[in-house]
Amino acid sequence: MAEPQERAGGRAAASPHRRPHSRARDLERYAGLFAARTRVMRSSAMRDLMAITSRPEIISLAGGLPDTSTFPAASFAAQMTRIAQESAAQALQYGPTEGFEETKDCIRAVMAAEGMQPDPEDLIVTTGGQQAIDLITKTLVDPGDPVICEGPTYPGAVPVFCAYEADVHQVATDDDGMRIDELEELLDRLAAEGRRPKFIYSVPSFQNPAGVTLSGERRRRLVEIAREREVLVVEDNPYGLLRYGGEPEEPLYKLDGGDYVIYIGTFSKILSPGIRLGWLCAPPPVMEKVVLGKQASDLCSSTLTQYFVREYFAEGNWRRYIAEVTAIYRERRDAMLEALEAHFPRQARWTRPDGGLFVWATLPDYIDTGDLLAKALRENVAFVPGSAAYTDGRGSHSMRLNFSGVTVEEIREGIRRIGEVVGEQVELYETLTHKQPPSASAARPEAAGSEEGRPDGGTVLPLRRREE
Amino acid sequence: MKVAVLKGGRSLERQVSLRSGARVEDALRSLGHEVIALDVGADLVRELRERPDVAFVALHGPDGEDGTAQELLEILDIPYTGPGIAACMRCMDKVLAKHELRAAGIPTPDWVAFNQTAFRDLGAGDALGDIEDRLGFPLVIKPVGQGSSLGVRFAASAGEVPEALVAAFSYDDRVLLERHVAGRELAVSLLDGEPLPVVEAVPREEDRYDYEARYEIGRTEFTCPAPLDADEVAAVERVARETWRALGLTAFARVDMMLGDDGPQVLEVNAIPGLTDTSLLPMAAEAGGLSFEALVERVLELAAPVRA
Repeated sequence: MAEPQERAGGRAAASPHRRPHSRARDLERYAGLFAARTRVMRSSAMRDLMAITSRPEIISLAGGLPDTSTFPAASFAAQMTRIAQESAAQALQYGPTEGFEETKDCIRAVMAAEGMQPDPEDLIVTTGGQQAIDLITKTLVDPGDPVICEGPTYPGAVPVFCAYEADVHQVATDDDGMRIDELEELLDRLAAEGRRPKFIYSVPSFQNPAGVTLSGERRRRLVEIAREREVLVVEDNPYGLLRYGGEPEEPLYKLDGGDYVIYIGTFSKILSPGIRLGWLCAPPPVMEKVVLGKQASDLCSSTLTQYFVREYFAEGNWRRYIAEVTAIYRERRDAMLEALEAHFPRQARWTRPDGGLFVWATLPDYIDTGDLLAKALRENVAFVPGSAAYTDGRGSHSMRLNFSGVTVEEIREGIRRIGEVVGEQVELYETLTHKQPPSASAARPEAAGSEEGRPDGGTVLPLRRREE
Repeated sequence: MKVAVLKGGRSLERQVSLRSGARVEDALRSLGHEVIALDVGADLVRELRERPDVAFVALHGPDGEDGTAQELLEILDIPYTGPGIAACMRCMDKVLAKHELRAAGIPTPDWVAFNQTAFRDLGAGDALGDIEDRLGFPLVIKPVGQGSSLGVRFAASAGEVPEALVAAFSYDDRVLLERHVAGRELAVSLLDGEPLPVVEAVPREEDRYDYEARYEIGRTEFTCPAPLDADEVAAVERVARETWRALGLTAFARVDMMLGDDGPQVLEVNAIPGLTDTSLLPMAAEAGGLSFEALVERVLELAAPVRA
């Protein structure tokens, strides 16, 4: 019998100042008070497993971290010193809920780099892109309202949608991003029930977690659909400027002109996630409610870090820094794709991102990546099991692999180790089911093709198969 | 007393262990003991040179529950809580435990155990049909040396067996295929060989075959003392005591069993059961009138210098 566990994250760190632990009876008393929306999808066992991935001896491809080690410390020191000397009182004070005009100028510069020219009145500075997702959902979604997103979707959006009790529908993705034909079918189905989604959430460029990019044709169609059906699209674009290959696609916001597309951006991947600054661009009626929501949440985002952004952009090197990290990430992406070719069995397939931070790999449908993580942890390597990117239990044969926060050497070794444990499972399964062992034959095993298009497998990406 | 609390470590049950450890530390402090909290790692032996009077072992899973940490503590001559080395080894290895139980005439569900080599090098896969005929469906498939519900799967039919085996082998090199016994799920905690009130776990119907989600508060109801009649209590307690003797347990332990039509059958035994806010041993102790502090004090008293 397993130990029953709390559903909320337990306090793990021992501090002598911690309040003594509550007893089971107290927990039960609190349990009766929790709102239904606090129910989370992920099992506590899986949460405990993920907590182990941060141990120092583990090569973690599970993170989503940009590499902040290359940011010039001297420049950081100079900027913060200048703020302390010239604007200490203001930088330590509350600021406007919408954010400083100077911050908005920096945001407009970033958006202009992708061809967008938002009205400053349509902009609000948020505490990271994550708060932007939260504010939009808070503003638009009543319990039970349909929300559409990609399958797989950004794992960090899942708890937000769940917290507001949205009825989440996920549309399959392929190498060209969200399947617009499936989206239209879903919209028709909802319409037949007299329902309309509150919004369609998408990460169109270098998607987290799948790494795929919505094609130009699909972008134009998505924007048309939004207009035809008067449905809002939430475009989350944290990685647009982190491109390592291919041609840039136009943001949905630019194609639409800002009528039906709400835009989310962030400084996290192009500057620093530690400053917790992102933004949201929305039409005035939506913005009005979002501002009220943000007031209720945190009054304003950090004035201190907004001052830092202002100083940093005034220096004029921000695009050069993006070019620097892009070069580093490109090398790491290449290393990961090479390592996957070298070490993953031929039954596996994966995406080849032109940008962003992630590769999405899909294994045969008899391998559960949650169980696989336990095996991988014994080899001191970690990844994110794919089920975290779904709200309905799909994705259990896939995994998200991060290449931005680890060195090339770690990527090679990490992928080698994962490839080894996957290979063992494939071999075992084939032995059990009397399939030919992979080494004995060049024939393509059935398993490689059979999961394609499975309705329940979460492996609906027709990913490129490894060249043999 | 100066008490070192051993917790955490590298096992997959690290988080549960950290919660157990934290709660034990609180209790020890409120009892007036000096506490050294040790998240066990490569520097454990060096840290134990601080010479605690006793080590409180709050580790779960491999390294902590399988006798390894206990072996070290004996070498360093530090008294420790919980069962000794041999008992830990017998409990952590579910197959060894079942052999001991069967030898002692204690009912435990029929099983077959294999390591990965048997399938790879000896063609054990060809015997799967015979195994399935013998044990019937549904089958329970579990890793031999994993202390929690991780990797435990039901297989309702032959088609589900290979996938369940692949899952179980993710957690250990040996797996156990066990006949599924229908009945009531009971946990009998023992303190110094004496059974505490019995805990019954009642999963929600929809979670009946979902082991992972099974023991979460809110998805499973725990009742203590379990609503059993006097004969049932007597039978369950007798089997728990016999199990205690058969496995050579000392200090404390928790015996998990199924109470079916043919009486209780022992599934597995935990040598170092969880001690978190929601764990079953403290729940049973409390139902028996023993506060968590009193339980911790009693467990400390039972720590003996040398066992083996």
